[in-house]
Amino acid sequence: MGRTLSEKVWDNHVVRHAEGEPDLLYIDLHLVHEVTSPQAFDGLRQAGRRVRRPDLTLATEDHNTPTLDIDRPIADPVSRTQVETLRRNAEEFGIRIHSLGDKDQGVVHIIGPQLGVTQPGMTVVCGDSHTSTHGAFGAIAFGIGTSEVEHVLATQTLPQARPRTMAVNVSGRLPEGVTAKDLVLALIAKVGTGGGQGHIVEYRGEAIEALSMEGRMTICNMSIEWGAKAGMIAPDQTTFDYLKGRPHAPQGADWDAAVAYWSTLRTDDDATFDVEVDLDASSLTPFVTWGTNPGQGVPLGASVPDPDQFDDEVDRSAAERALQYMGLDAGTPMREIAVDTVFLGSCTNGRIEDLRLAASVIQGRKVAEGVRMLVVPGSARVRLQAEVEGLDKVFTEAGAEWRAAGCSMCLGMNPDQLAPGERAASTSNRNFEGRQGKGGRTHLVSPAVAAATAVVGTLSAPSDL
Amino acid sequence: MDPFTTHTGTALPLRRSNVDTDQIIPAVYLKRVTRSGFEDGLFAAWRKDPDFVLNKSEHAGADVLVAGPDFGTGSSREHAVWALQNYGFKVVIGSRFGDIFRSNSGKSGLLIAVVDQADVERLWDLVEADPATPVTIDLGARTVSAGGSTFDFQIDDYTRWRLMEGLDDIALTLRHADAIDEFETRRASFLPQTLPARTAG
Ligand code: SF4
Repeated sequence: MGRTLSEKVWDNHVVRHAEGEPDLLYIDLHLVHEVTSPQAFDGLRQAGRRVRRPDLTLATEDHNTPTLDIDRPIADPVSRTQVETLRRNAEEFGIRIHSLGDKDQGVVHIIGPQLGVTQPGMTVVCGDSHTSTHGAFGAIAFGIGTSEVEHVLATQTLPQARPRTMAVNVSGRLPEGVTAKDLVLALIAKVGTGGGQGHIVEYRGEAIEALSMEGRMTICNMSIEWGAKAGMIAPDQTTFDYLKGRPHAPQGADWDAAVAYWSTLRTDDDATFDVEVDLDASSLTPFVTWGTNPGQGVPLGASVPDPDQFDDEVDRSAAERALQYMGLDAGTPMREIAVDTVFLGSCTNGRIEDLRLAASVIQGRKVAEGVRMLVVPGSARVRLQAEVEGLDKVFTEAGAEWRAAGCSMCLGMNPDQLAPGERAASTSNRNFEGRQGKGGRTHLVSPAVAAATAVVGTLSAPSDL
Repeated sequence: MDPFTTHTGTALPLRRSNVDTDQIIPAVYLKRVTRSGFEDGLFAAWRKDPDFVLNKSEHAGADVLVAGPDFGTGSSREHAVWALQNYGFKVVIGSRFGDIFRSNSGKSGLLIAVVDQADVERLWDLVEADPATPVTIDLGARTVSAGGSTFDFQIDDYTRWRLMEGLDDIALTLRHADAIDEFETRRASFLPQTLPARTAG
């Protein structure tokens, strides 16, 4: 019988299989950042262990780093200690690190693909749940805990029970003005935040194939937001074209061998998935969230839902709590919701195409009075590229703030935070209570909606301008 | 991890239920970059109270925690386990535990002994009457003995085996180092390496 994409990649990485035990999987790439790694390195040190494969490990600084004054010492001593600890650990264990100020520094899930170290058919892990991003290349990529980080550092493997398989079949084409972000937000609203639990999901179908690599990364990034273990997209010509010429892409005869192998990474026609979900892309419109989990979303043209319309008791009380936290009344049109802040960035939507799209919307316009717009490129290279294209000028002339690369207001670990009660339209991936700052309120949106919202001051699409 | 076969020590009676991981160690203590030193955050909110059982001199040196039901519920933070171990605890006895806390404990080598609530009550009474009462946990026999009586505790076979062998997950995996070595000889030559660094300049 045929095998699915994820089964092929999984089988290729099983170091050891024994009945009644989890498979021991080989890990091709381990990405490391400052927040979830210090105890893992400390554990290695206490046990007198080394990093087995420094050459399959890559570290960067992103979660804690400031986006202003990056040439000065980090002001917050706790953040500074975490970053300095990573630098010391990287040096001690011989790991490559891209530090603040380095051209290849950036959000860990942006720099892997950018350097070409994320490739089809690999296994990729990181002590961060949005590692699922790398699945866009046809890799099995998932987030791990600190004990597991240590395990991978020491052994380059991980014991893992084989997940179930799921397909998300997206038919049709996305209408003009509707993006990958809208697609994935609509999907999560349909399947719920737990809909993918225990599964590796393969996104497939016409709408997925038509997406750029960056759009595919946006989709796979949010796999974790509906509970999936990982999300994948089969590699194709779009993938190969993206990789060709990247610093770590194979070259010469290796390139040909790689493409030949990558081309086999497709779900066989006679393979079956444990679960399949269908979605029609052609009927989608810009999508935004109203609540405090990514599944609580509606089309921008809709209104804040009435909790009473939910049949399920758990959904109803969650909606009630969310509306209270968000300070919203049922029935309010989403377009009437005024924001204080617009955040454009994160590993979901902080890539060059996202910045180009937002810039094209905001060009020649002004950020609305009383609205603060923060533009945080996902990596230092994205920032440099944007500056070459003059996008920074477009943003600053409109009145937005142009910042250095990092996670920034996606999780507010650095000084970029919402004040209590402040409301943001954010291109990030989590609208949890307090995620962007204690008491802050988050509406998840696409880069196009973010830019239009900044101009209008209330949640808006470019077509409203 | 040291192999765990039997342990004899004195016990701390924590007469509280639903002690979640936020109570075991509040978030403000999670910023440390080492795996050690978390003992200062253990039960931090209660430590200021001189009557809190951890502060009582007669229980100084206790290394077996006798907890109430639903101990360790809440977040996945491994720091909760580390805080207990850093403070000196070797075993936690209780009737019900948070799932993630229990699995994190297994990874770190903290023995979680699940017993009937009636046995918890009996242990509480015993060690409150005489804090010096020795309590013995026999992992091979799956028993707890104290004050002349012995009763069974539950633990899954796999975790018990790992603890008795003194194997953390890493040590276990390293038993298959040959298989890893062999696998590495089969990896495709075109797979990327991060070293030496190549960059777009
Ligand atoms: S940008 Fe946000 S979601 Fe992505 S790695 Fe950083 S904190 Fe996590």
